Amino acid sequence: MKRYRVIGKSVLKKESWDKVSGRVKYIDDHQEVGTLHVKLLTSTYAHAYIGNVDTTEAWKVPGVRAIVTGKDYPLLIGTTIKDRPLLAFDKVRYYGEPIAMVIADTEAIAIQAVTLICVEYKPLRVVNSPVEAYQKDAPLVHDQIEQYLIDQDADTTGTSGGIRPVPGTNIANRQGIRKGNIERGFARSDVIVEEVFSFKQSDHTAIETRCADVEIKKTGEVIIHSASQEPFEMRELISQTFNIDEGKVHVHIPLVGGSFGAKTSVQLEPLAYVASKAVGGRKVRLRNSREEDIVTSPVHIGLHAKVKMGCTRDGKLQAIKLFFLFDGGAYAERAVPVTKAAAFDCTGPYTIDHVWCDSLCMYTNHPYATDFRGFGRTEVAFGVERTIDIMANKLGMCPLEFRLKNAIQPGDTSPTKVLLNKSNLGDIRECLLQLRELIDWDRGQRIDISDRIVRTKGISCTWKNGDPPPGVGAGAILTFNSDGGININCAAIEIGQGTKTVLTQMVAEKMKMDVDDVFIQMEVNTQLSPEHWETAASRTTFLSGNAVLRAVEDAIRQLKRTAAIILKVPVDELEVANKKVYKKTSPSISIDFSEIVYGYIFPDGKVAGTQVVGRGTYMIPGITEMDPVTGRGIQGPEWGVVAQAVEVEFDKRDNTFKLIRAVSVADAGTILNYKGAETQVMGAMNMGLSFATREGFLYDDQGKVLTTQFRSYKVMHYGEQPEYIVRFIENPVKGAPFGSRGLGEHGIMGMPAAVANSLSLAANVSLQQLPLTPEFIWKTRLKAGEVY
Amino acid sequence: MIEKLTLDINGEQWVATVRMADTLLDVLREKLDLTGAKRGCENGDCGSCTVLADGLPVKSCMMLAVDAIGKKLTTIEGLQDTPMQHAFVEKWAFQCGYCTSGFIMNAHALVNQHPDATDEIMEEWLSSNICRCTSYQEIREAVKSVLKEQRFDRKRPRNRR
Amino acid sequence: MLHFNFDYYRPSSIDEAVELFDKLDQDGKKPIYLSGGTEITTLGRLNQVFTKAVIDVKGIPECNVLDYKQDSVVVVGAALTLTQVWESKILPLLGEACVRIGDRTSRNQITLGGNLASEIIYREAVLPLLLSNSTFVVAGIEGIRQLSVHKIFKEKLRLKRGEFLVQIKVDGKYRKMPFYIEKKRKSERVDYPLITLEALKVDRSIRLAISGLCAFPFRSYEMEKELNNTDISIEERIDRAILRIPAPVISDIRGSREYRIFVLRNTLLDALIYLGGVRA
Ligand SMILES: Cc1cc2nc3c(=O)[nH]c(=O)nc-3n(C[C@H](O)[C@H](O)[C@H](O)COP(=O)(O)OP(=O)(O)OC[C@H]3O[C@@H](n4cnc5c(N)ncnc54)[C@H](O)[C@@H]3O)c2cc1C
Ligand code: FES
Ligand code: FES
Repeated sequence: MKRYRVIGKSVLKKESWDKVSGRVKYIDDHQEVGTLHVKLLTSTYAHAYIGNVDTTEAWKVPGVRAIVTGKDYPLLIGTTIKDRPLLAFDKVRYYGEPIAMVIADTEAIAIQAVTLICVEYKPLRVVNSPVEAYQKDAPLVHDQIEQYLIDQDADTTGTSGGIRPVPGTNIANRQGIRKGNIERGFARSDVIVEEVFSFKQSDHTAIETRCADVEIKKTGEVIIHSASQEPFEMRELISQTFNIDEGKVHVHIPLVGGSFGAKTSVQLEPLAYVASKAVGGRKVRLRNSREEDIVTSPVHIGLHAKVKMGCTRDGKLQAIKLFFLFDGGAYAERAVPVTKAAAFDCTGPYTIDHVWCDSLCMYTNHPYATDFRGFGRTEVAFGVERTIDIMANKLGMCPLEFRLKNAIQPGDTSPTKVLLNKSNLGDIRECLLQLRELIDWDRGQRIDISDRIVRTKGISCTWKNGDPPPGVGAGAILTFNSDGGININCAAIEIGQGTKTVLTQMVAEKMKMDVDDVFIQMEVNTQLSPEHWETAASRTTFLSGNAVLRAVEDAIRQLKRTAAIILKVPVDELEVANKKVYKKTSPSISIDFSEIVYGYIFPDGKVAGTQVVGRGTYMIPGITEMDPVTGRGIQGPEWGVVAQAVEVEFDKRDNTFKLIRAVSVADAGTILNYKGAETQVMGAMNMGLSFATREGFLYDDQGKVLTTQFRSYKVMHYGEQPEYIVRFIENPVKGAPFGSRGLGEHGIMGMPAAVANSLSLAANVSLQQLPLTPEFIWKTRLKAGEVY
Repeated sequence: MIEKLTLDINGEQWVATVRMADTLLDVLREKLDLTGAKRGCENGDCGSCTVLADGLPVKSCMMLAVDAIGKKLTTIEGLQDTPMQHAFVEKWAFQCGYCTSGFIMNAHALVNQHPDATDEIMEEWLSSNICRCTSYQEIREAVKSVLKEQRFDRKRPRNRR
Repeated sequence: MLHFNFDYYRPSSIDEAVELFDKLDQDGKKPIYLSGGTEITTLGRLNQVFTKAVIDVKGIPECNVLDYKQDSVVVVGAALTLTQVWESKILPLLGEACVRIGDRTSRNQITLGGNLASEIIYREAVLPLLLSNSTFVVAGIEGIRQLSVHKIFKEKLRLKRGEFLVQIKVDGKYRKMPFYIEKKRKSERVDYPLITLEALKVDRSIRLAISGLCAFPFRSYEMEKELNNTDISIEERIDRAILRIPAPVISDIRGSREYRIFVLRNTLLDALIYLGGVRA
């Protein structure tokens, strides 16, 4: 493999010291005197008509500057189906939905006034699960979906395109996969299993809650500061919704305090815009409380999945039929792309010739969903990978051997019928083989420690392509300092994933210079930075990286051109390193960057060259439309793969368990920053285990979410994590910066399935729901007659 | 009631005009621009607002500012180049950084109060904070490395210091 | 962030505190006593507590006492934090209950009195106080009363308007008696209890107090009686004790009624084995 100087090294995050000394200014840390505060009034019903919204008492609170209700702005917005009122008017569709807002001098005053607003509700029958939503006689969450507009960018392509709500139902979209012939596949199978899996919605709970500041200037310019991953989409949405020139909308994104997909959805900003407008354009801040962040803002999707799998007696998978009812919640938003992506990669990394999948995004009276780490794969893998274990068990095969036997290979095709090769597909077999060693697989999958305690291991394999819509890209600009150091300007957003640092490594590598001489701006400003598709889908490094590399090439070209004149050496005999341009054959003939980056002046006053500004742009090639029925098309550039294992210690009496060890072996292509990659994967694994064992909303029978605080919505705490082990296989991808693959999400995808496989073995029952709480395990065993 | 308070923060006297119902977190952030302590839940659950009061970690979202009068407060802004900060950087014990001030304050107090902290004590203390980005293993390594360093320093003969 | 404001008082004597309360109450300020302040700040922001005046009892010397030398009575001030109570090791029975509440940082703030007077249904710190037949010292405008825990803590702390808890007194003999405590949670290490069970062995019989099982913490003589019936098998004793649970078992987001009973059964078994030297 190629040796690099800076790439692959564990270069510390550029913003490290700011983060450990409390100096980083996240959005909520910028406080400007004179800013007004906005508080939302949110619905206490999940489905109800709203009558009069009485604001009389609220207006009486001194310091209240404005109150806006849904009736004032009867607008529908959305980035896929435009189905979501800015503030609910006539009807609320989920518990926690914004109905009105108060703009006041302080947050305390705004909260106080909000509590004084009275809303008349007329409760409606609630759609309390995706299965209920699918029933013929289900109440409709939206009466007339056929009348909704579909976002113009969304109506043709990619995961966010080709959206077709089904009138008269609660189906926001249906994405199919038809590969081979499913009947034939099952006919060829000796063994068929069919199982149902489910989990409720949950939440990202990034520790920084969502927050947006908006100010409207006299010139009509709209200045937005936000904790978001989507500055450009936000700009577009604001401009379209409120009919403002896009050039007049400026979005600033400081460092973001975690997201995991939560901050891809644009929600608070349009509200804050309206709030600012109501107070003459003054700067306003709308910040979620934890409760609002969990329930009012978009959440992690829920799923009810039917998995039918067919296999020959000797363990060759033949057919898979999948039916997904996703709990997209009350509004389509980004739930639709998630459910489409789930279909595209539905099989996991296995060779299966006959694939049938229908992935339905269902409207329910639950909070609406958006991206979550894994983007549909984490969810699907839970069902598919559990079924793989059930199948292997039925065949009497070792689940690892079974996976090896069916592992997808170059030459196979994806469910979307893309021909796979060594570059666009990671090496899942190699991942599995290394996993086997790391988890001591051959020492036994189940070991009895005592009468009560048993240790078990479970595994899973997952894969993921990035799913950018066609035509997405990024740009980068490099400028130089007088000492030859470089500044990178690009719109990738730092949410903790370390992208910014990796970009400086790329520049340093290409320029053969010290990474300490490369700087990158942490804030993103749409007015200054070249357009960048959202920071999501593990594609940021891919897009920005390619743009940055092209900018480096551009800068090198300019540097060499100037140096050639001064050194009197032809351009193609020149090379750059250590902030110098030099002659390849005699390096002593050289000139420092510092002398030429702003142009060079000869003693006689003549000049050579001009200021060097590197410019690079990139657009992902080769992505196509995806057929809504068959799923045929190219959804992204490459599939990263990962094999994972979880070892647990289970107490057969109490049905409690401890997480002992969790291992990931990922083919992530070339690793750009070793520690960065390792900790990304570890963090994602931890989130996956937390999700699988503890998280998930609980609703009452009226659809009210009961878990809106960390006091009730429990996430993993320190001390409960297992030992984490992460290894990489570096199988480079063509066309990606230094051959790297997406990475930020892979750690999470197989965790729920692996821990469920492990616990199913331990508890001697098949666990098909999340979260895997001791109570759920106990109940399942009780039903199965395992315990009394 | 609105009153002028004097608080002892990071060894300095700070004066602020506050409502009696303001929490210490409100005052630190909004009145004194000490924004290192974060609002993650304002409900005592996440620990991102942790500061030290007389050397002990407290969740500043659950403490009234008036209640902090007379206590020696330390915020992340008061830590300069401490071993814990170094360890967090070197062990990659943060990603987005939002929980980090609170985690560091807690961990810093822990190693001061319990130089011989066992895994059990570490768990007892550190489970007061939530981090959603890291796996906690990095944080564990960071704290352990400081404990180890301290132990090493203590063992070294004094005259060689 | 509390959206309402209040006046804050920090009296330095019991008399001052009760007089302040009386006066503020008459002025319509709906005063409340404040100790650790963790409940007022967190429930207040959710609009579940409201007041125009708080009276902080932390400045009252009697509320900060921690003493066990004289008379072999352990005295614990209501304003001590749970961490202080635990670290003092003054009464392990109590300390071990305190150290299971909330998380470590919160325990640096939550006080014993605050937990006992809490609106939140668990009030776990009362368990050892029920088991040890403790005495509560409360102060009101009419003076100081000393009452048995069984008189003043019925499901919750039953104070007269204007009264506050000053101290708890526990007979020193309880410092050395064998006890068993277990807090079972849904899955997190930091959470409210599914059940917290504390059992104390006095002479040869077992006392039992439980929080989280019903809508309030309790000590049950009926359950104790069944558990102490050594004529029958341990399983039978537990079965019978379960029939004597004094109030409906709760079903909530942390666990169903059936599951709580399942957990209770196992925990009782562990307690009996631990305290009784009984074989499983
Ligand atoms: C993060 C967190 C986790 C928690 N976990 C648990 C748990 O696991 N188990 C559990 O049992 N509880 C738990 N609690 C609840 C906690 O014990 C209560 O909120 C407790 O009341 C707070 O004590 P405090 O001293 O801060 O009370 P404060 O907020 O000062 O007061 C609480 C109440 O008690 C009254 N009060 C206070 N002192 C006195 C006094 N001396 N005399 C009379 N009345 C008084 C106040 O008027 C108020 O009504 C948790 C709380 C938090 C914040
Ligand atoms: S903000 Fe204080 S604990 Fe979360
Ligand atoms: S680093 Fe993001 S929450 Fe801890």
